[in-house]
Amino acid sequence: MNFFAHVGRATLGLLREVGRLSVFTMDGVTSFVRPPIYWSLMFKQIMRIGYFSLPVVGLTAFFTGAVLALQIYIGTARYGAEQFVPTVVLIGILRELGPVIAGLMVAGRVAAAIAAELGTMRVTEQIDALTTLATRPTKYLVVPRLMAALISMPILVVIADSVGIFGGYIAATKSLGFTGSIYLSTTMQALTFNDVLSGLIKAVVFGFLIALMGCYNGFNSRGGAQGVGAATTNAVVSSSILILAANYILTNFFNYFGI
Amino acid sequence: MMSAAAPAKIELRNVKKRFGPKVVLDGLDLTIPRGQSLVIIGGSGTGKSVTIKCVLGILHPEAGEIFVDGEEVTGLRGRARDAFLRKFGMLFQGAALFDSMKVWENVAFGLIQGRGVAKRQAREIAFDKLAQVGLTADVGELYPSELSGGMQKRVGLARAIAADPEIIFFDEPTTGLDPIMSDVINDLIIATRAAGTTALSITHDLTSARKIADQIAMLYKGKIIWQGPTSQIDHSGNPYVDQFIHGRAEGPIKMEVKA
Repeated sequence: MNFFAHVGRATLGLLREVGRLSVFTMDGVTSFVRPPIYWSLMFKQIMRIGYFSLPVVGLTAFFTGAVLALQIYIGTARYGAEQFVPTVVLIGILRELGPVIAGLMVAGRVAAAIAAELGTMRVTEQIDALTTLATRPTKYLVVPRLMAALISMPILVVIADSVGIFGGYIAATKSLGFTGSIYLSTTMQALTFNDVLSGLIKAVVFGFLIALMGCYNGFNSRGGAQGVGAATTNAVVSSSILILAANYILTNFFNYFGI
Repeated sequence: MMSAAAPAKIELRNVKKRFGPKVVLDGLDLTIPRGQSLVIIGGSGTGKSVTIKCVLGILHPEAGEIFVDGEEVTGLRGRARDAFLRKFGMLFQGAALFDSMKVWENVAFGLIQGRGVAKRQAREIAFDKLAQVGLTADVGELYPSELSGGMQKRVGLARAIAADPEIIFFDEPTTGLDPIMSDVINDLIIATRAAGTTALSITHDLTSARKIADQIAMLYKGKIIWQGPTSQIDHSGNPYVDQFIHGRAEGPIKMEVKA
C-alpha cells in the first residue's frame, strides 16, 4: 500500500505543478496584449537579457564554431571529403549550435537572474505590495521579461550564428590549411533561408522558455534565502532541460515539414 | 459587540483556508465597522496575515464569503478587481519597499501605476506624504537600502496612505522597532485615520493594539474567539485572551512548536 501512496503522491504533485505552470503561462500570455504595456520596463529588460548577454554568447559561439570545424575535418578527412567542412559547419551552427549554445548560455545568465530577483521580491512581500498598489504583478513583472526574451533571443542567435561561422573560418584557415576565399564562397553557396529560419524559430521558443522558467520559479519561491536559492537553481535546470527537449521536438518538426 | 449598529466596511463570513493538510483559517467570522480601527491579536502562525491576504485576494479561501462595502469580493477578476484594490493601502511587516526605486518613487508608485496620476503631480504628493510621516525631502531621493528599519516603516506608511485609501491594512506595524519608534508609528497610524479611514491591523504588540484600536479581536486556531471594544480587553472573561494579554506560558493556549 505504501508503494501506491508514494506513486500517487508523486503523480498528484506532478499534475499540480503542471496545472500551476499552465495557469501561470496562460496568465502571462493573455496579459501580453492588454494595456497597460510597460515599454520602458521592456526596454530595460532587453538591455539586461539581450545586450549584456552578447559577450558570453559571442565567446561561446566562437569557440564552438572553431571546434566544430576541427572535429568535422577529422570525420570528413577519413573519406577524403574535407571540402564539405564549410557546409557542415554552416548547417551545424545555423540549425543546431547557434540557438542551443545561445539558449543554454542565456538560460544560465538570465533565468537565474530573473528567478533570483523575482524570488527575492516574493519573499520580501514586494510582489504582494504591487497588488496592494493596484498594479498587476503579472503585467508589471512577467510580461516585460517574456517580451524582452522573445525579442532578444533571435537577435542573439543571429549574432551567435555569425560569430560561430567566423570561428569555424578561423580554425579552418589557421589550423586546417583552407584558403579563406574558398571557405567563404563555399559557405555563401551553401547558405539557405530555411537553415536560418529554423534556427530563429528555435530562438524564439527558447527565449520564451527561459523567461517563463525564470519568472515561474521566482514567483513561486518560498521562505527566505534558501527558497530563493532553490528557485534560482530550478530555473536554470528546468529551462536548460526544456531547451534541449524542445530542440529535439522542433528539429523533428522541421524535418517532417522539410524546413 | 457593536457591529450591528455601524454599517460593515469589511465582513468575513465562515472563511476557510488551508495549506495542504494544515488548516489556517477554520471558519473565520469578522466584521469591521466603517471608519473604525480593528486590531487582530493572536500568536505567531495563527493566520493573521492569511486573513488580510484573503481579503485582498492574494490568497483564495476554499470556503466562505468576504464582503467589502456589501459587495462579495472573493470572485473578482480583471477591471473589477483593479477597482476594488484601489480602495486599499497596506503597510507590510518588512515595509516591502521596491529596492530598485528611490524612496519618493516608492511612495508615488500606486499613484502613477495604479491610478494613472501624472508623474510630476505624483511626485509632489509623494513628498507631501513623506513630510506627513516626518521625513524630509532629501530622504525622498535616497534608496530604501540606505534607510534604517524605522525609516523604512515610515516610507512604507507614506506609500500606504499616498492615494488616500478608504481602507488601510497594517501588518505588524511595530514589530522589530524600538519602543520609541513604535510609539511614533502608532501616532502616525492614529493620525492617518483622522479622515475616517477604516483600518485593520494585525499585531502581537499589545501596547500598540491598545493605542491604535477601537476594537480588538483575538484569533486562535483559525477562528475569532473574542471581539470587543479596546476598553473591554482586560475584562474579557475569556481565559485565552487573559493568557495572551498577560503573556503567561501556562494556560489554555498551548504553544505549537511546529508551524
